[in-house]
Amino acid sequence: MSSFDPQLAEIRFGYGLSPQVAAPQSVAEMLDGLGTPDTMTTRFPVEPFHVFRNRMVAVQEQIRIRQANRGTDLAAAARKRRNELNKDARVAMFQWLGQTMLRRTHTTTAFRERVVAFWADHFTAMGKRGVVRRATSPYIEDAIRPFVSGRFEDLLQSAVMHPLMVDYLDQRLSMGPNSERAIKAGKNKPRGLNENLAREVLELHTLGVDGPYTQQDVTELAELFAGLTFDSKNGLKFRKDFMEPGPETVLGKAYPDVPNINAIRAVLRDLAAHPSTARHLAGKLAVHFVADTPDPALVDALTQAYLDTGGDLMVLYEVLLTHPSAWRDPLNNFKPPADYVSSAMRALAVPADAFDGQSEKDMRRMFAAPFIRMGQQWERPLGPDGWPEEDPEWITPQGLAARVNWAMRIPAQLVKVLPDPRDFAETALGAFVTEPVRFAAAAAESRPEAIGIVLMSPAFQRR
Amino acid sequence: MVSSVSRRDFLARAGVIGCSLAASPLFTPVSFAQTPWDTRLVVIILRGGMDGLDVVQPYGDPGFAALRGSLSGGPQAGALDLDGYFALHPALASLMPLWQAGQLSFVHAISTPYRDKRSHFDGQDLLEAGTESLAGVRDGWLNRMLQVIPGVTAQTAYSVGRNDMRLMRGDAEVANWAPDADLGLSPQAVRLMDLVTESDPAIHAALAEAQLLSDAADDMGGPRGGNHIEIARFAADRLSQDARIAAFSLNGWDTHFHQERAILPGLKRLAETLTTLRGKMRGDTWRKTAVIAMTEFGRTARQNGTGGTDHGTGGLMVLAGGAIRGGRVFGQWPGLGDGDLYQGRDLMPTADVRAQAAWIMRGLTGIDTTTFEQSIFPGLDMGSDPGLLL
Repeated sequence: MSSFDPQLAEIRFGYGLSPQVAAPQSVAEMLDGLGTPDTMTTRFPVEPFHVFRNRMVAVQEQIRIRQANRGTDLAAAARKRRNELNKDARVAMFQWLGQTMLRRTHTTTAFRERVVAFWADHFTAMGKRGVVRRATSPYIEDAIRPFVSGRFEDLLQSAVMHPLMVDYLDQRLSMGPNSERAIKAGKNKPRGLNENLAREVLELHTLGVDGPYTQQDVTELAELFAGLTFDSKNGLKFRKDFMEPGPETVLGKAYPDVPNINAIRAVLRDLAAHPSTARHLAGKLAVHFVADTPDPALVDALTQAYLDTGGDLMVLYEVLLTHPSAWRDPLNNFKPPADYVSSAMRALAVPADAFDGQSEKDMRRMFAAPFIRMGQQWERPLGPDGWPEEDPEWITPQGLAARVNWAMRIPAQLVKVLPDPRDFAETALGAFVTEPVRFAAAAAESRPEAIGIVLMSPAFQRR
Repeated sequence: MVSSVSRRDFLARAGVIGCSLAASPLFTPVSFAQTPWDTRLVVIILRGGMDGLDVVQPYGDPGFAALRGSLSGGPQAGALDLDGYFALHPALASLMPLWQAGQLSFVHAISTPYRDKRSHFDGQDLLEAGTESLAGVRDGWLNRMLQVIPGVTAQTAYSVGRNDMRLMRGDAEVANWAPDADLGLSPQAVRLMDLVTESDPAIHAALAEAQLLSDAADDMGGPRGGNHIEIARFAADRLSQDARIAAFSLNGWDTHFHQERAILPGLKRLAETLTTLRGKMRGDTWRKTAVIAMTEFGRTARQNGTGGTDHGTGGLMVLAGGAIRGGRVFGQWPGLGDGDLYQGRDLMPTADVRAQAAWIMRGLTGIDTTTFEQSIFPGLDMGSDPGLLL
């Protein structure tokens, strides 16, 4: 096989085969799917960040009340209310986890869900403490999802200048060492730069760690970013009093001193257009969708398409999906845990109302806790580089033990009646079913074990 | 004593599986030989770039207070004086008995050969590869050490926890386990799982190891404390038996913001991990143990603009155990004055972290320096013995 195949398309570029959703019949259909209205967002809604911000404002208000009334009943009530607000957000996060899984289960354009997840990982962001820890899905909904079929530079701006990213990479209070605010703070309370966001923009989001940047570029970019901050009530803002006076030079280009985000927008546009960015993104796409060590010709083709079109993501997807090396057998990349579970849900045709009435505890037991044991805590990668792509990171004894436990026990809790395992082997694996899997599906002691064994087959765990 | 059994026989005896796996190719024969050495090594990777200057504070250096506004610490701020020059972060107070017993020491101002880009991810990869550069390196230094020792079995070295440990990757067999994983399968399910995964060696081998190790973990009882404590308990248990080496990670050292608060959870985990290892090792195991905790790089000497520190260069190594020479801060102190810093911003590294590890492992295993310099840490100049072991 070295050209489009409907089943391989669904497995490699989607969330696996579904007994109730037809596989795409052409590359054109997959690409067109990205252009059609995004029905999953209305069918399985997730709170967007601009709404989530109200939760942050409400929590801050309770903190303010508490601090202003220390030792009184008012403070105790505020503390209680804050805890309730935090709990509400936590419960909501588990609901959004369910919604995300259901989108992947029911979508007719699974490739869209895959590219959303890919870019959400590329632009990993998460809150560190308090209510904002629950804000990752809302961030993805606002900052990533609407931008996945446009130009990379717009996606880059949207993600890097998003309040959650500004918070996650410690940009919020970074200020120029010679800024008005730093000088006002004086010697006793020194204030200044935090270079975290600047470094990760260069290393992770754009040029890549092998890119042609130096410590000096990191520092100057941090000085250029100084002033980029946010507040919960109004979202992103630029603080002139945090600005470092004078122009900054990044990769040999000087950016003028302007008291707004225009210089930040300009440098991000230039970084997006850099050839190193093209190659970095091309390599990541090829590794994620095709193989840990992809065909260099595919990476070259993606790089060229990026440079030719100024980072038009639809053209990149088209090059990816029409390249012969994207359709080669056998199934290759190992599915990371959340993708593995998503594809199991799709194969089981878990109904759209499966999580109605499920408690937070149920969602933890069925998803959040197993994800941790499989090595992929929901929306909590270890760092801003997101989840690893290399298969050996996931094919570990402890990770597979957790998959066995999930595959044997949880499916029976997600559907009313487990399918006949012999049929399930055929519908879940399609043309990739093997004789040993057929035999095992028929020979297992119980239906849950038989379903679990099919889900543990290499053909189901790879794509 | 050498008894040659197959892993399958071991499993069958342990009652884990039935005899239907007889033909399975994955249960290769292994030799349960006594390893050629009796000492124990624990390697902890402190991920995120631990700020050595905050953990072991050079309050005696006149440059220190000037660089560190709110992080200037020292005994005045509650840090515990170690030797009149360095002081220990107060969050590690529970380790002072180890220091006083001569079972805790530090090596300051060390680094890997990694410079300038200050990426966590490349920094950690290089720390675990143990090489000069990452080009073409696929295995880690601890695995390469196992490769040169005769008599190593699949139970000699454990990679513990959910993080894949690159320093343990390579051709030598290493056991991987997270203490909270368990596998309760019917014998029939084990047999069928074996059948369907046979065509995929990577998945097949990992599942077989899961099966082998879940039995060992069953004896450990339920979870208590945080995951790091579980990991330390598991490692202590294994090391009190046949295992000689354990490696795992402690995360959470990337303290860009409000470090006074941000560093506390990491320090608490480090302290609890070391005290759990000591407390849970049986017999005289702790007396024979060297624990090495290392990080990918130190942090900026100067506090940053948001009460934290950014990625730097020279860092700190933490040593513990009955086998090490404790109660000292080792290393050649480069100073913090004008012109002393690396690129004007980071603690200047004065020694290679790999050389410290190599001298410790040389003392524990008797492997010669040439093997360290050529195979385990290719290209390393070990220099003279810093005397980190008793």
